[in-house]
Amino acid sequence: MVIAGLVLAAVLALGLAIGRVLPSARRPVRAQRGDTRRILLPFSGEALSTRALDAAIRLALAEGATLMPAYLATVPLALPLEAAMPRQAGLALPVLEAVEQRASRKGIPTDCRVSRGRTRRDALRRLVAEEDVDRIIVAARRNGDPGFTQDDIAWLLESAQAEVLVLRPGPDDHRTVTAKAVRGYF
Amino acid sequence: MNDRPDRGRHKVFLGMAAGVGKTYAMLEEGHEYLEDGDDVVVGVLETHGREATAARAAGLEILPRRIVDYRGSVLEEMDLPGILVRRPAVCLIDELAHTNAPGVEHGKRYEDVVDALDAGIHVVSTMNVQHLESLNDLVTELTGVRVRETVPDAVLARADDVVVVDLTPEELLERLRAGRVYPQERIEAALNGFFTVENLVSLREVALRQVAEAVGAQRVTRVELGSRGRSMSGEKAASAVAERLLALVRPRPQDQRVVRRAWRSAQRLGAPLDVLWVQPTRDLGDEEDRGLRALRRLCALLGAELHVIESDDVTRTVKEFARERRTTYVLLGSPHVPRGLDRFRDALPVRLVRALDGIDVRIVANRALRDDPDEQEATW
Repeated sequence: MVIAGLVLAAVLALGLAIGRVLPSARRPVRAQRGDTRRILLPFSGEALSTRALDAAIRLALAEGATLMPAYLATVPLALPLEAAMPRQAGLALPVLEAVEQRASRKGIPTDCRVSRGRTRRDALRRLVAEEDVDRIIVAARRNGDPGFTQDDIAWLLESAQAEVLVLRPGPDDHRTVTAKAVRGYF
Repeated sequence: MNDRPDRGRHKVFLGMAAGVGKTYAMLEEGHEYLEDGDDVVVGVLETHGREATAARAAGLEILPRRIVDYRGSVLEEMDLPGILVRRPAVCLIDELAHTNAPGVEHGKRYEDVVDALDAGIHVVSTMNVQHLESLNDLVTELTGVRVRETVPDAVLARADDVVVVDLTPEELLERLRAGRVYPQERIEAALNGFFTVENLVSLREVALRQVAEAVGAQRVTRVELGSRGRSMSGEKAASAVAERLLALVRPRPQDQRVVRRAWRSAQRLGAPLDVLWVQPTRDLGDEEDRGLRALRRLCALLGAELHVIESDDVTRTVKEFARERRTTYVLLGSPHVPRGLDRFRDALPVRLVRALDGIDVRIVANRALRDDPDEQEATW
């Protein structure tokens, strides 16, 4: 009886020890990251600048940071600020999904956000007030490309308690991340 | 509900938008009454210049409208006193949401209908779903158009029969382009404004879901005019739209993916979405607190309900919740690799499949990890 008990205990101990080792070998590769490094990547509308995402991914890889893509929803004055926004959600969610998929393939952890306000600036203000981030990446807008206006960027540089990386307008700004970038059925 | 035997019965033809065929269906109903030998009149008819609609009114008695003089303008309104004096068995009253000219008995046409019903007259009427008061904000957000003329939900809830006049968005757009909804000069503006496939898909889902949930399944009939008279019984129509999804989450970043996928599925099914976290009985850590706030904001944007129930028995809590909410689908993320004593019991999805009889359980994967080289970066 005692021997059987000892054998059972040994098997359990062996199982637990193997359990500590095996799962880590099967887990996807993740970037080494510190606990507090967080890179915020705000966007609005139905697309995100590809250059901004590329830059965010490069930095997140280099710094071992978590990427925080954040959708800025604008709520018309006719609606309560907390109203459901299914149309905007329908535009934002595939982009968030696409960003998460791409970051995930590079082994970068993501933590998506949505923020709402009466204007895009208002939503951005609420977002940066709420979230503790180390870096914010925005692309400056040129013509109709997705990106932030001079006023938005000036406000961000003045107000945000984080390092702000502003990408100059570039020839590739017409390239955007949209719902089409989602892998598989969504 | 019609609980007074001397009160008339109210039947409403409900549609997602102008042009689906509500008025036509109402007139068809009038002809059926007429063939059965009932005394039918048209109280008010809005053909909007549609020839087929006007032609279908032929053979039915149309009561004259009354002239209302308002600040020098001559307006035509339905003649409620005339209907009450004429006292037909059945009265067809188009456009329930119409606002009457000042000076008549009531401000709204649906109030006129109440008087007719109280007089023992059966009423057949029409309305679009965007006029329903409780859906006003939602429809504004979906379509960008604020509807001013609204009808209280109680009017539809008290109707004895609600018939959803259904048409696929493609069929409605085809009608619109063919000039069967608006005159030629208005078609372009309509196609560029309200009549987009996205708007119509959303409104159609709203219409079907609204009547299935709020009005009551037993009184809903769905008529597919585009399918040449094919129709569905009330029970079948209700079951076709009575899905309810539950996303089971924990406040961690990867579970937002579960909510996103669940919401997309809910949108396609026209079904409501509940989001549930079974919170262990202990204090929240900072990360969990942050994750919970992010989930709340996401759910608010989507219009999904986030529920947090404190319990250490996830399976039992989910089972009770699903039974109470009549859930038909449960979605959850991939289970973590079991460690320690967890490896001696079944994973959560397996336990849920066993516990949730008759409910589909779907595990949401991270597609980025899929081995599919053909799709690499090509879509960017």
